[in-house]
Amino acid sequence: MSDSTSTAPPGGLTAKQRRTFLVGSVLVALLALGGIASVDMSDNLVYFWEPRELYAAGDDAYGAQIRLGGLVKEGTLNWDEGAQELKMVVTDGQAEVTVHATGAPPQMLREGIGVVVEGTMTREGVFKTDRLMVKHSNEYRAPQEGVATKELYKTVEGLE
Amino acid sequence: MISLIGRTLVLAALGACAVGAVSGFVGGARRDADALRITRFMANAFGALMVAATLLMEWALVTHDFSVSYVAAVGSLSTPLHITLVSLWSSLNGSILFWGCVLGGGTLAFTRHVKEHDPQHASYALGSLLSVGLFFAFLVAGIANPFAPTEGLIPTDGPGPNPLLQNHLLMIIHPPSLYLGYVLMAVPYAMAAAALLAGRLEATWMRLLRRWMLFAWAFLSLGILLGGWWSYEVLGWGGYWAWDPVENASFMPWLTATAFLHSAMVMERQGQLKGWTLTLAMSTFLLTLLGTFMTRSGVFNSVHSFTQSSIGPVFLGFIALVLIASVVLLAARLDALTANDKATEDGVVSRESAFLLNNLLFVAFTFTVLLGTLFPLIKEALTEERISVGEPYFNRMSLPVCVGILFLMGVGPSLPWGNTSGARAWSRLRLPLRAAAAGAVLGAVLQAGPWAIATFAGAAFALVVTVHELLEPAQARVSSLGESLPKAFLAYAARARQRVGGYIVHLGVIICAVSIAASSTFKVQRDLPLAVGQEVAFEGYRLRFEGMRTETEPHRTAQVATVAILGPSGTLGVLEPKMNHYKQMREPIGTPAVRSGLKEDLYLSLVRVSADGATASVRAMVEPMVAWLWFGGLVMFGGALFSLWPRGRAVVASPSAAPVDATVDAAARPAK
Repeated sequence: MSDSTSTAPPGGLTAKQRRTFLVGSVLVALLALGGIASVDMSDNLVYFWEPRELYAAGDDAYGAQIRLGGLVKEGTLNWDEGAQELKMVVTDGQAEVTVHATGAPPQMLREGIGVVVEGTMTREGVFKTDRLMVKHSNEYRAPQEGVATKELYKTVEGLE
Repeated sequence: MISLIGRTLVLAALGACAVGAVSGFVGGARRDADALRITRFMANAFGALMVAATLLMEWALVTHDFSVSYVAAVGSLSTPLHITLVSLWSSLNGSILFWGCVLGGGTLAFTRHVKEHDPQHASYALGSLLSVGLFFAFLVAGIANPFAPTEGLIPTDGPGPNPLLQNHLLMIIHPPSLYLGYVLMAVPYAMAAAALLAGRLEATWMRLLRRWMLFAWAFLSLGILLGGWWSYEVLGWGGYWAWDPVENASFMPWLTATAFLHSAMVMERQGQLKGWTLTLAMSTFLLTLLGTFMTRSGVFNSVHSFTQSSIGPVFLGFIALVLIASVVLLAARLDALTANDKATEDGVVSRESAFLLNNLLFVAFTFTVLLGTLFPLIKEALTEERISVGEPYFNRMSLPVCVGILFLMGVGPSLPWGNTSGARAWSRLRLPLRAAAAGAVLGAVLQAGPWAIATFAGAAFALVVTVHELLEPAQARVSSLGESLPKAFLAYAARARQRVGGYIVHLGVIICAVSIAASSTFKVQRDLPLAVGQEVAFEGYRLRFEGMRTETEPHRTAQVATVAILGPSGTLGVLEPKMNHYKQMREPIGTPAVRSGLKEDLYLSLVRVSADGATASVRAMVEPMVAWLWFGGLVMFGGALFSLWPRGRAVVASPSAAPVDATVDAAARPAK
């Protein structure tokens, strides 16, 4: 089967030509695909920002999909069971963002805990989200308090 | 004591690997029978030692020997035995040991298989396989040594494994299945490398290669499916796939392996695409290495990345090494393989073309997933900015490809090998096209989106072709031999295992595609605040919150919400979503409750409970046809196993099978 040899028929392609054609078409296809993909990807990026970085981004922040990470500021957590609406302030120690979330917050949510919320920043200065994740200890042991917020992104787990 | 013995076993395995790898390459280059004997001995020794080391670790876990650091890290006296047994893969170091164990088992089986094959191929393949083994034995012996003795005081009890992994029985079978799939891709890689090194690729070698790939593919498929199922049953967000980097990591080698299985058919039949097929086999292994790196080095956050470890750079180095070796091999030796390719006279409308297009789609799919997965990593490395690529990207890129693949599943089998006229092809496709139209109309009536409609159409199209291909030969027997249809089908299926198995896999894919389209299109989700005794209506159900209770087990306590489910004609049952509190953890972990049915699943997940237990928030979802996804996945797995099942022996002695073929088949059986 595979070792049978025959000469190229008139009009047919030789093995070498065929391979060149194959490799060439695959490369062209992948290049085209890469172009489409990178355009599509840039429309669908999710930024991992802390409040400080969110403000630093200026106008770029509005409308972008953002994962905002920080700690729930003490005394700001407010859960309205009837309206199923949650309000809180997320801080990174330097800047603060008011967050409005819809849906029931996870059981473990409380003040002082690290959270990551995914959503968008409105012009009114309120961060709207319907996806709230609570910091979870990565090693599955009692976590220490006051972990750097960069680390937060690696340790969220969640009710998504 | 166990630390010492374990370390010794691993070091011995490392030594066996090193000697075996060198003698394998030397034996291959010099065609030296003595060197091959040494290689085979070393390969067997490596396999046995790796398995022995793993069994020893299991022993340490079961006997709670906390003087072993790994046991101290994941063991706990209060953990049930079956969870203790699977703690082997619940943390980094143990999982690398398990990797080595699976590779060891695979090496043992493969060493038996190559006995009847060309000695030069066998030498090179074992040499390559042991080189991979060398790396993993090195990890287990050094950086990721699970046998390291516990530092300081030996604890009397440990924290137990990650509670998420204790929550469901699927966690016991998902990892080993995925590991079998991942790790055994090393064998096709080694075989492809051997063919390139030897500069020859015979039909028998290719056949063994393909069967190993199919075996690994079957378990990779099962592992991915079980992972999705676990995520659905345990994580409480009601989904099974989120284009998470870790999921992508397992999906990419699956894509290239699938492409390989198709191009291998073209190669075996037509003698074409040798270099391309080997490239796919090698890429698959590279992608499994990349996947292991992504899941184990902690570059991504997920349930799978255990901790920040120093394993990452070493792993990257190894991937680079394998990549360079593969590219050099392919560049240098490809011509030797393709020189005797049969020149083609295939027409454009032929099965080969369909396979080629299939391969292009699969590779394109892999490429887009790879881009979306690696882009955030590269971006962060360059700019320190953390981003991720959102799900919409993956969905948008993959949907057209998936629908294309679905349609090709119908087109390919309808076309004959070689050449055909457009008119003939058209006549064969008329019925499937009508089915496709019916599928599209159904989708439109159900008010599905355009992609779901296309998926239903493609599924109906492929389904008609697949059923036709399965039944046509049986019907021929019915009319020529006068057998009954079931008997004729079984007799035929027993002979044409590979073909029938392949079409069964296609059936599974079609079922999965429909299920995914239906469950993602028609899913309904709502958060319901409930007070005890309150009844709310949700998607044709009425849910009544009966109250909370507490269950206590040795390793956890659970808050259980009892929700009665009422349908139009009375009580349908009770769902009890839970919130589990583990001793070692501050945060609770939920366990959703699912009422599964052929039509749809009702999914309840407990989000929060008030302190007095009088009110609770429940996330309720209705997802149509999810159960079909698990069923379709099992059909795929079953089809692959059917295809692999050895012919001959007792049950069906096929008179038409050539004796040579039968021995190859027996030899090619990947595992006991």
